[in-house]
Amino acid sequence: MLCEKCQERNATVHYTEIVNGQKREMHLCEECAREEQVGSFSFSPQLNLHHFLAGLMGPETGRTFIPGNQLQCRACGLTEREFRRTGLLGCAECYEQFSSWLKPLLRRIHGTVRHTGKIPERTGGQSKQRRELQRLKQELQAAVSQERFEEAAKLRDRIRELEKQMEQGGE
Amino acid sequence: MGLRENITNPFSKWMDGNAPEADVVISSRVRLARNLASFPFPHQLSKEKANEIIHALQLAINNKKTRAAVGPMELARLAELTPVERQILVEKHLISPDLLKTREEETRALVVSGDEIVSIMVNEEDHLRLQCLLPGLQLEEAARICALLDDALEQTLDYAFSEKLGYLTACPTNVGTGMRVSVMVHLPGLVINGGIKELLAFIPKVGLTVRGLYGEGTEAAGNLFQISNQVTLGRSEEEIVSGLGTVTEQVIARERQARQQLYRYRRDALEDRVWRAYGTLRYARLLTGDETMKLLSDVRLGVNLGFLKGPTPRLLNELIVLTRPAYITKMAGKDVPPAYRDSLRAKLVREKLKDLPE
Ligand SMILES: [Zn+2]
Ligand SMILES: [Zn+2]
Repeated sequence: MLCEKCQERNATVHYTEIVNGQKREMHLCEECAREEQVGSFSFSPQLNLHHFLAGLMGPETGRTFIPGNQLQCRACGLTEREFRRTGLLGCAECYEQFSSWLKPLLRRIHGTVRHTGKIPERTGGQSKQRRELQRLKQELQAAVSQERFEEAAKLRDRIRELEKQMEQGGE
Repeated sequence: MGLRENITNPFSKWMDGNAPEADVVISSRVRLARNLASFPFPHQLSKEKANEIIHALQLAINNKKTRAAVGPMELARLAELTPVERQILVEKHLISPDLLKTREEETRALVVSGDEIVSIMVNEEDHLRLQCLLPGLQLEEAARICALLDDALEQTLDYAFSEKLGYLTACPTNVGTGMRVSVMVHLPGLVINGGIKELLAFIPKVGLTVRGLYGEGTEAAGNLFQISNQVTLGRSEEEIVSGLGTVTEQVIARERQARQQLYRYRRDALEDRVWRAYGTLRYARLLTGDETMKLLSDVRLGVNLGFLKGPTPRLLNELIVLTRPAYITKMAGKDVPPAYRDSLRAKLVREKLKDLPE
């Protein structure tokens, strides 16, 4: 197959772009691909992920979208339409502002909308304690249901202690 | 050695052939996406704000804790590097091609450690992309180093973080852990015996993606593939790392089995293929980029199977990077036309292999 840009060399870089649900295949030679920056070594595992996202967001998701009543982020001004075009949010606040349609999208991508990974030490606030509290409460429930009462008492004490700590440290 | 001299040196630590499972896994990479709270994401960022981020990061990398965690690192703005130097950084896997897709070269930067194991892209899609790149299969170690760097930076930088969604990123596909782990694997055995098709179909089913490093699908030049995680939210960092690790071990086992079978049942054909490749690399006068990748793959297979003794895995890794267009251009000192490039490439490969034993 010849490169579709220069029509000279063999096409060795093949990739698919999805823009607004429309699939488009590109076949380029190494040199032209480099110029086009569809680069051989890319950090993101999926080339053109953003177009892919935009495709995922497309009209077929069945959301009600009222033109003229476009959602806009109060913090950075990004509109929903811009996100659909680029696949990129504008700021951290966007996650809050657009949560109504972001949540279903996140669920489609990740299968969940709940972070269970690392929490930053300094700026994570009480997240760590809250997660620990949740874990302890689950353990307590298990201990009670299995009639391990001595352990349950210990867990209850730790929960109280942690709750007190959080109250004092809370805003 | 300064960052710019380092760039010109074709060797990066990840090319060290002496690493765990290096007969199949060339390198392991962990990348973390991080953004700073109260700054819009890079594509919405003013020049002034973007500069503030570079300054904040400069301070953070000079911080004692950061230096203790990952050693000294150097920051350079994209604008300080020539186009060829930038491209070399891409070919050494230290930055993404996306970092170069910009007219805002004043406000994009990169940070690299002396051994090039650790690097940070600044103001690409996210404010920061922390990366650790190690030779062979070393995902846990790469994750550990990334976490150290992340903890150290967090001492002075306020990250955009939400309790529910984790680390907030410009693209929702990275939100949560912001973690992308990947391995670069060499799979000539599976490509030759056709097992690669099954693998390409299987990997997406377990939440991972696979793609050819040069080219797509089964036509990946040089039989090099990258496997990485797709999901970043709802899983812990440990789960993401061990998920890819487990699949990679299966891939290694299948690839080794394929090689052994080929060697046992099609020995003459396989040896012939390897020796022809070696001969061509040593004597050819014109080599295209793709042909070189293919020949290097064959030679590597012979080295891995133990019957070809000359070239070391490290040299073969270096040659992958050296024979890409950016290095050839760097050598020639000007923008060379493709045809002349092929002649330069062949010359370079001949030089590198000429003193090796048969
Ligand atoms: Zn072309
Ligand atoms: Zn916003």
